[in-house]
Amino acid sequence: MAGTMIIDGQRVGFDKEKNILDVIRKAGIDLPTFCYHSELSIYGACRMCMVEDERGRTMAACSTPPRDGMIVKTNTPKLQKYRRMVLELILSNHDRDCTVCEKNGRCKLQELAARFSIKNIRFGPLCKQLPVDESSASIVRNPNKCIMCGDCVRMCEEVQGIGVLGFAYRGSKIKVTTAFERPIAEVECVNCGQCAAVCPTGALVVKNETSKVWDVLNDKNKRVVAQIAPAVRVALGEEFGLKPGEIVTGKIVAALRKLGFDEIYDTGMAADLTVMEESREFMGKLEKEENLPLFTSCCPAWVKHVEDKYPQLLKNLSTCKSPQQIFGALIKEHYKKIDEAQGKETVVVSVMPCTAKKYEAARPEYRNNGIPDVDVVITTQELALMIKQAGIVFNELEPESLDMPFGLASGAGLIFGVTGGVAEAVIRRCLKEKNPGALKEISFSGVRGMEGIKEAAINIDGREIKVAVVHGLGNASKLISSILAGEKRYDFVEVMACPGGCIGGAGQPIPQSSLVKMQRAKGLYDVDRSSQIKRSEENPIIMALYSGLLSEKRYLLHRYLHHQK
Amino acid sequence: MNTTIIYGKVDQILNRYGNKKSALIAVLQEVQKEYHYLPQEVLSYIGDKMGISRARIFGVATFYENFSLEPKGKYVIKICDGTACHVKKSIPILNALRKELGLNENKRTTDDMMFTVETVSCLGACGLAPVITINDKVYPKMTPEAAIRLVKEIREANRLED
Repeated sequence: MAGTMIIDGQRVGFDKEKNILDVIRKAGIDLPTFCYHSELSIYGACRMCMVEDERGRTMAACSTPPRDGMIVKTNTPKLQKYRRMVLELILSNHDRDCTVCEKNGRCKLQELAARFSIKNIRFGPLCKQLPVDESSASIVRNPNKCIMCGDCVRMCEEVQGIGVLGFAYRGSKIKVTTAFERPIAEVECVNCGQCAAVCPTGALVVKNETSKVWDVLNDKNKRVVAQIAPAVRVALGEEFGLKPGEIVTGKIVAALRKLGFDEIYDTGMAADLTVMEESREFMGKLEKEENLPLFTSCCPAWVKHVEDKYPQLLKNLSTCKSPQQIFGALIKEHYKKIDEAQGKETVVVSVMPCTAKKYEAARPEYRNNGIPDVDVVITTQELALMIKQAGIVFNELEPESLDMPFGLASGAGLIFGVTGGVAEAVIRRCLKEKNPGALKEISFSGVRGMEGIKEAAINIDGREIKVAVVHGLGNASKLISSILAGEKRYDFVEVMACPGGCIGGAGQPIPQSSLVKMQRAKGLYDVDRSSQIKRSEENPIIMALYSGLLSEKRYLLHRYLHHQK
Repeated sequence: MNTTIIYGKVDQILNRYGNKKSALIAVLQEVQKEYHYLPQEVLSYIGDKMGISRARIFGVATFYENFSLEPKGKYVIKICDGTACHVKKSIPILNALRKELGLNENKRTTDDMMFTVETVSCLGACGLAPVITINDKVYPKMTPEAAIRLVKEIREANRLED
């Protein structure tokens, strides 16, 4: 329904907006909210977006549809008083140790308390201090900072289709918690961290492991090797005021050198190895027609979800390690003898857009004689924090290049960071025609874009290969239901747990709107377009590794699951 | 606890409601009728069958005072402490029962899982005050002595059954 309404005396047209909050924000008024996220259902709990109509009635803008001729005011004395009261009541029950809070400076509650000049809180807390849940490798849950906006609950249930968190008890005893109040590491949480990405306060935060990195950087006996995931380079700039999607690889390398990293490589190189192995696995399965579709396995949140919810599909999951783990295993193997000779120890630090990578690195199968393949995983946000801590002026850094030999990645390895990228990279590898026209055709086959479930049909050796690409585990569950019900048949399915793929990971700068994610995706496709090597098999490093280090150690590239032992 | 028996009964209940999500509360009530409380494993099982997250089911089960996640005794004794029963001396009945069964405000169920003693705000039978119910059977005009007699009778009946 289209029409016009009058907001604070200003005439504003609306068209497809579902609620007056969107119309008001379109008019340039930043109406405050805690519980409103356009990708989630309307909850109407925080009451910060209240507006007043011409008869003095107040209503929540998020849950009021626009009507033609509607007149609302957004900043009357009544509303100001109301919002202050809401904030004061929330703050009265809030653990206000702001200066030592992980969310300090990025907290919505802190921001709005400052914006509405809350100086005095007249009420004492009703709740007792509850224990902080640090059981997860990826996220920390502090119930004392929860404001009951339900963003995490809806994110986990509606977008990811899991429902790890829910509201329990009632009235003043209400809390957001897991089933039976179990520690988060013991429930079906996949560590995607999307709950933390939407949490307005410090109730859910990504586990900060920067101190571990500082420790190894300051240790003379350690060779600290960094790997940078594809999605980091198109998002880190946002932390320093640059545009989303701006490619800052060179600046990141320069910053990491200044921080004291000994060697700086590209996870995209390891992604090329994943492509090689996964393609080989795929062609083999295709030939034998067994365990199809082949599901990708580079997303650790997805892997955990399969283990928890679809154990019958474990045999369909690719045995390839994720690029992060391939990189770690490779580097540790590469430096094994050198380290022994030099009396050093190699430490692998991953810079990832992802919170589940922390969990993945800690999984027991990724240890070799007790030594983890990847020692520490920090997110894009944590790296930005380290850069700021070191006083490095990021925007003034001169770009530097990645180290060789593990710093060279093909375009195929780099588009791994966006939904559809893994499928596209594998198709590039499997396709016999290697001309630019064929490449272009793949990009238009349907694997690119931000739709939740994408389908493509590719002709390989005269056989039509059916490919599906999903992002968001809720979409994955929908797709799996239709596969299990026999309604759909695919040969290859790519799954990324986060909406948009890794570029929308919970370790990335927040807030991340769909527009921001699209710009980051464009950034990665730009990197691919301008790279001289488009296919994984054309990467000279990959070739050298297969004839060298990997010639007898291809097992380094695979994970061996219980059912395969 | 024999899990196969548990899930067989739960399946019967679920089938009766056709796994409909909207029937969750009714399902929980029937499960509670069966087991006198809501066992965790049964809640998880119901969640998986009905396609409702475990956290959501836990939320519903903790929202309503009537649902219990703690095991209850074979005989649940409810002592009415509504206004009418209170003035007709319901508290001495409560104290006598607690003393007889070795219970207190925090420990509501006997170790042998025979008896659970609770208070309720009103059973709606004020004309019969003071009232207690044992597994929903109403016992009017109670005294502490009569209540203890009832408990002893139940014990005796159970001993004979064994």
